[in-house]
Amino acid sequence: MVQTHSSTPMLPARAPASYAEPALRFWERATWRRKIVPWLFVLPILLINIGVVLGPALSAVYYSMTEWTGIGPATFTGLDNYRRLLNDPSFGHAFRNNIIWLLMFLTVPIALALVAASLLSQIGRGSLFYRMTLFLPYVLPSVVVAAIWRSLLNPDRGLPATFTDWGIPGFDRALLGDQGTVLPTIAFVDNWHFWGFLMVLFLASMQNIGPELYEAARLDGASRWQEFRDITIPGIRPTLVFMILMTSIWSFLTFDYIWVLTQGGPAGASEVLAVLVFKNAFMNLEAGYASAIGLSMSFFVGIVIAIFIVLRKRGWEI
Amino acid sequence: MATTASPSPASPSGRKRRSWFALVPNYVVLSLLAVFALGPLVILGFNSVKGKAEIGRNPLGFPTEFLWRNYPDAWRVGNFSTTVQNSGILVALTVSAVLILGGMAAYSLAKLNLPGGNLVTLYLLIGSSLPIQLFLVPLFFLWQKLGLVNSLPGLAIIYTATNAPLAIFLLRSYMVQLPADFEDAARVDGANEWRIFTQIVVPLSWPGFLTVGLVVALGVWNEFLLATVFLTDQDKFTVVTSYYNFTSRFSRDWGLTSAAAMMMIVPIIVIFLALQRRFVEGMTQGGLKG
Repeated sequence: MVQTHSSTPMLPARAPASYAEPALRFWERATWRRKIVPWLFVLPILLINIGVVLGPALSAVYYSMTEWTGIGPATFTGLDNYRRLLNDPSFGHAFRNNIIWLLMFLTVPIALALVAASLLSQIGRGSLFYRMTLFLPYVLPSVVVAAIWRSLLNPDRGLPATFTDWGIPGFDRALLGDQGTVLPTIAFVDNWHFWGFLMVLFLASMQNIGPELYEAARLDGASRWQEFRDITIPGIRPTLVFMILMTSIWSFLTFDYIWVLTQGGPAGASEVLAVLVFKNAFMNLEAGYASAIGLSMSFFVGIVIAIFIVLRKRGWEI
Repeated sequence: MATTASPSPASPSGRKRRSWFALVPNYVVLSLLAVFALGPLVILGFNSVKGKAEIGRNPLGFPTEFLWRNYPDAWRVGNFSTTVQNSGILVALTVSAVLILGGMAAYSLAKLNLPGGNLVTLYLLIGSSLPIQLFLVPLFFLWQKLGLVNSLPGLAIIYTATNAPLAIFLLRSYMVQLPADFEDAARVDGANEWRIFTQIVVPLSWPGFLTVGLVVALGVWNEFLLATVFLTDQDKFTVVTSYYNFTSRFSRDWGLTSAAAMMMIVPIIVIFLALQRRFVEGMTQGGLKG
């Protein structure tokens, strides 16, 4: 994260040219103007952020080592919650689902977005229409997207029934009610909403590739596939890598679509770590245990970021 | 890289040299994808004016008769008059807090050479990548103690905190580009930093404020997880959390739920289409929001 952000102008701008400063009242003195005032501008939002994010995040570390219902006092139990995690089959199952989710999201939407962005970058007329249309699902609220697709996937009168009528096999079931198909189905719905976002990012990046590269390739008789592989992909590599990183992180945090569509069901088949946190904290009154699961999620996110940093230090151009 | 992605609409690039004929496959594939994106929304529109009986006969096609009554019915049954107000209050509070406080912080980082500014930036970067689930549980019980659960301002404070890093980075990248001449002149004239911020920097960077305001407003309007956790009282439901309950209560009546969904998304779509460049710019430059 820190690394990949380097192209944003993060460094503070240098101080404006120094100006004459006759020693006057205290609020006109240099220390006040140069040191205190800048902090007064940052402090309000910083305090809010610390109160909402950092403070509770740090206390989660403590609560993860306690038995706590969330209401009464917390009893310190050391690493008990973590021992319990390792032996909890639902934790292992949820983690596995997060990994499956990760693999699905690292392949399908990225491939789709790359192909669509590449096709879109070649056309002139109508490109604005396609760009807006394909991005549109991304601005819709998850509950509405989920409701739309719950209807469309209804086994009796939705698309599956139509597909079955046409003789396409595999659709004669409740895709969201079947333990074997529920997770890919939710991922499909989430993806319908998500992939256009990736596409727009890739497209913006592709538009920064110099057209002369493509002209040269065409003179050499390169095929479309060769252009895509040897010019487009290397040209957008920073964006591609950054989005692979972000997609990996988001895959460990995914919650909305799963909760809205199935609440982790049927029979826990679509449970992921975020769903476990929610259920333990707000339904089972196991706030301490939920904090431990939440902390483990941050740990996995940290591993993803660490892998990227290590690969970069090793000289991978990512 | 996401953060530098140019948001300008498709500029005519050298790749347009291909003949019209060679681009036919492009248009075919893109049109199929457009149908994939719009088809479900069109079907939603069809279903929003169908009665129960017609949904059973014709769940996907064009309606044979138009039952417009679904809309007022859904408005009333879905309690939209309350929920729209709640969501509106949340959006207004959050957007104003983020723009004012985030704008101040961005100004300090961009223009005032804040001592320790790099640390603040690093903190905001790390803070923005922490999963909500990490701090959600202690935060909820803290908010409960403070009496901020089931309070719209209480939730707006949380939204302000979670949206702050993105807003600060975006606003700062706008402000860094502003020439320092005006500020320096004002300083020489004895203006204090607050006046320079409000009278010079904010007016000059209003496109940045508009972009950030739009992205934050959309994020708050659509937000589900925090709203579910922190607003459990029916009177405090947002449009989104109320719709979630509404669909489980009326899961059999697709006409009604579709009409409710249309009322939620049509305003979003209209605003998006009208200001799409700003939306795309804000959301892709941020790149950090799921």
